[in-house]
Amino acid sequence: MKYLDEFADPVVARRMIDDIGALATQRWTLMEVCGGQTHSIIRNGLDTLLGDTVEFIHGPGCPVCVTPLEMIDRSLEIAARPEVIFCSFGDMLRVPGTDRDLFAVKAGGGDVRVVYSPLDAVNVASDNPDQQVVFFGVGFETTAPANAMAVVTARQRGLTNFSMLVSHVRVPPAICAVMDSPASRVQGFLAAGHVCTVMGTAEYGPLVDRYQVPIVVTGFEPLDLLEGVRQAVALLEAGTPALRNAYPRAVAPAGNPVAQQVLADVFEVCDRQWRGIGLIPASGWQLSPAWAEFDASSRFAVDDIHTAEPEACHSGEVLQGLIKPNQCPSFGTVCTPRTPLGATMVSAEGACAAYYEFRRLDPR
Amino acid sequence: MSDLPIPPVADVEGWTCPAPLRHQDRIVLGHGGGGVLSGELIEHLFLPALGDATNAEMRDSAVLDVLGGRLAFTTDSYVVSPLFFPGGCIGDLAVHGTINDLAMSGAQPLALSAGFILEEGLETAVLGRVAAAMGAAAKAAGVRIVTGDTKVVDRGKADQLFVSTSGVGVVPDGVDIRPARATPGDVVLVSGYVGEHGVAILSRREGIEFGTTLESDTAPLHGLVARLLAAVPDVHVLRDPTRGGVAGTLCEIAEVAGVGIELTESSVPVPDAVAAACGFLGLDPLHVANEGKLIAVVPGEQADAALAALTSHPLGTHAAVIGQVSDEHPGLLVARSPLGAGRVVSRPLGEQLPRIC
Repeated sequence: MKYLDEFADPVVARRMIDDIGALATQRWTLMEVCGGQTHSIIRNGLDTLLGDTVEFIHGPGCPVCVTPLEMIDRSLEIAARPEVIFCSFGDMLRVPGTDRDLFAVKAGGGDVRVVYSPLDAVNVASDNPDQQVVFFGVGFETTAPANAMAVVTARQRGLTNFSMLVSHVRVPPAICAVMDSPASRVQGFLAAGHVCTVMGTAEYGPLVDRYQVPIVVTGFEPLDLLEGVRQAVALLEAGTPALRNAYPRAVAPAGNPVAQQVLADVFEVCDRQWRGIGLIPASGWQLSPAWAEFDASSRFAVDDIHTAEPEACHSGEVLQGLIKPNQCPSFGTVCTPRTPLGATMVSAEGACAAYYEFRRLDPR
Repeated sequence: MSDLPIPPVADVEGWTCPAPLRHQDRIVLGHGGGGVLSGELIEHLFLPALGDATNAEMRDSAVLDVLGGRLAFTTDSYVVSPLFFPGGCIGDLAVHGTINDLAMSGAQPLALSAGFILEEGLETAVLGRVAAAMGAAAKAAGVRIVTGDTKVVDRGKADQLFVSTSGVGVVPDGVDIRPARATPGDVVLVSGYVGEHGVAILSRREGIEFGTTLESDTAPLHGLVARLLAAVPDVHVLRDPTRGGVAGTLCEIAEVAGVGIELTESSVPVPDAVAAACGFLGLDPLHVANEGKLIAVVPGEQADAALAALTSHPLGTHAAVIGQVSDEHPGLLVARSPLGAGRVVSRPLGEQLPRIC
């Protein structure tokens, strides 16, 4: 496909892998922040092909994986109510709560619907004025603007039966959490390209200065990822940490000002629990007071649902890069995509699911 | 290459759940998805309950010895929504699907039955259009619909209409086609573009356009099978990769035959529109349903003859060799990426879930 195949060209990829190998005098440890990048790295086998040069640590960049268990339990509580139509992106439906998932709520009679855009959920609210329609607003900076637009649209239409269960998260505080961990082995970051498409790159310069690590804004196709790795390795070899943009065809330094304005209008920064990691200060967004009427959590009084994570699940250590998924004692035994203990095994972008689905064979 | 031990693959594959069904108390949609959950329902609920069937070999149709000949017998139910979609409707699908299940045993179909479950209030004209499509599809395929049944349920107890078809066919002498015959050295072919049906249904159901309108590939495959068998009588395996897609089908063959299957990803014919839609939605084209394609496993030395036979037929124009059967990694499907790295491909769990981003 035009403009995609070019970025997966195996001949160029081979050459870039050789170039990166020639550049490296040691094996460097990089964290790719975004779950979509993890998926692409494993699917294309880049971790195997770069094995002598780079160790990838899979970062906490899958929104499905980091949504805290108590937020899942709140969603299940709301979705089970007879007056509610609960709308969600597809891969949230199989995330296990304490004792069930949204599929089980649906099988038990709940009206749970998969939507492809939060604006579809607003349309469901328009079409069903006698029902309460709740959208599960999860995701990073990439999905947040469209979710913000959903509440803006709902207000424009005068809808009183639409609300959003908000669990938005932000990338830069997660990078701080990883680097502030004494156990962190991360020497450089591949920043999430599509997050930067929205937010621009300005937030990352101060992180380079603070932690003295290179951060390279990186895309998702094999050559995009290899170019991000190449620039990160070059900076590490030179000993000159810096911010680089290896994804300029999608990322402008200033980002998308219109999207940023909508975010600023609708959301305010808040502390946020991350599944498996815990509380990260200033790492989330919640509806600002002017939009509080759209907050499903208070509308349905589920704020007091608090749940602890299962002890057998080490997803927090996986998300922080402290262990690989296959080093978890539960991996592939009690925890599989069919019986996930933690969300990292649920989402196709989760590090554990990616390892399980695409677990590598020894090269011939 | 990794510095960390990779757990033995056999442990992962051999693990069985202490609780036979994850959702013990309710059927979830995934139980009908043709993936792992469907398989568990068959293995843990149906086969024990249905007694004699526990020795059944998992295949698209049963083959019965009858009066010195062999009869293929199969049944399938159709609950697709929407009823009408680009490239077909529930009626063609019900005829083609059952013909194809017979054809995957090498059988030439003789006759079909048709059962209808109708929702009270369904417009008669809609039923008429579906029935007309079934008649036309059967006539075009040269198969008769010889018996049927109709039930009506209260409004709200069914989604407009459901169709169930069964079929019988005759397996020619000398033909022995079943998943267990996949043998190291065999070659794997697919008869054309993959993923069209699933994406066509999804785009119509959800109102998503992908620049071009994809049509379902629904088609009867017994003619294509006859053409293939004329050129390569010793076809080892035929399967139609419906729910679960090419990956699900190949995983099942690998499991049943106890062989490894190596898939060359770049050889799988995926139309641009399917690739775009799957990329957009976070789906894998290898897991998307087809309704007019077959997977053939043939002896390695007959691969060229098989490919020539398939491509000479209008329904096999875009056929391709996509992989081979090996004695390595038994029971597993391994896809080799264009960059040369291998990955194990699993059967889908249940429903395919579009990703957030």
